[in-house]
Amino acid sequence: MGVERSGGIGWLSTTVDAFANWARKNSLWPMPFGTACCGIEFMSVLASRHDMARFGAEAIRFSPRQSDLLLVAGRIPIKMMPVLTRIYEQMPEPKWIIAMGACASSGGVFDTYSVVQGIDNFLPVDVYIPGCPPRPEAILDALIKIQKLIKRDSLGHYKPPVEETAT
Amino acid sequence: MLPKDQLTVVIKEKFPDSFLEITDFRDMLTIHIRGEQVLDLLRTLKTDPRFAFNFLADITAVDHLEMDAPARFAVVYHLLNQHEVRRIVVRAWVDEEHPSLPSVYPLWKTADWQEREVYDLFGIEFTGHPDLRRIMTPDDFQHHPLRKDYPLQGRGERSNFPVVKRRIGSKWQEDKSVQ
Repeated sequence: MGVERSGGIGWLSTTVDAFANWARKNSLWPMPFGTACCGIEFMSVLASRHDMARFGAEAIRFSPRQSDLLLVAGRIPIKMMPVLTRIYEQMPEPKWIIAMGACASSGGVFDTYSVVQGIDNFLPVDVYIPGCPPRPEAILDALIKIQKLIKRDSLGHYKPPVEETAT
Repeated sequence: MLPKDQLTVVIKEKFPDSFLEITDFRDMLTIHIRGEQVLDLLRTLKTDPRFAFNFLADITAVDHLEMDAPARFAVVYHLLNQHEVRRIVVRAWVDEEHPSLPSVYPLWKTADWQEREVYDLFGIEFTGHPDLRRIMTPDDFQHHPLRKDYPLQGRGERSNFPVVKRRIGSKWQEDKSVQ
């Protein structure tokens, strides 16, 4: 973006892509899906010491219809997986997913019949955070990585959703 | 509360067919009984003034697969006498084929969810239970996962969900250079 001046009137020259990405990446509205200790750890990222508001992502929304970043923090049992899928489908496009911690990313130590072995089996995860639970700095790092992804995106890459017919 | 030898005589007299034994571990008495008469035994323990175990603290179960035991399953009842603060354990043994017990819901309403949990995880049916549904696993779950012959990693339950793909194509799906 460049600021140009002509006759006392300020101008901004930019591309639509750059402007939209700039707006999107600096106003992420996360929806925390905290099911375990990672959810507790996520609270400290919002608090003053680490302060996720510095990256424009402090508007936590517990309604998926108002958020564009799903942050899955904790293990997902088989009874919760349909709920999580439904929450993801309720979020408006464009949307991103962070799998926070070992359990959401891979099932962690819970290699049992009732725990889903990584939500990426069923949902398109963008960024994984290792750790049990991760440090707050790691969560901020993941947020910055999401911002990098958004920055390289383009509106031209979006195509209308295809109606899926039941087979 | 009666001491162990007297309790043995009393219970044996009342339930000669189904009484097995009374064991003692660190002053905790355990009455072993065959499953059919467990409701009568628990009613005696609750209403007889010599016992007066008025509170059902817990119902759980143990799977004795390939172990030396009177039967495969033992349903364990923990009773508490709140006046004298004494506890007793009742183990009701049930066989592997069609494991079934009389429900103790008529005695203690708290048995409702406890028996649902035992039914869900061990597959032991409680006849006379008002609402015997699964309580922990999903409603369409097929197995009883705390049985010892159920594999730890399940039978495919954790991978049986529809996969949600990205509805809208994004650049970073193809671009591997983004880190």
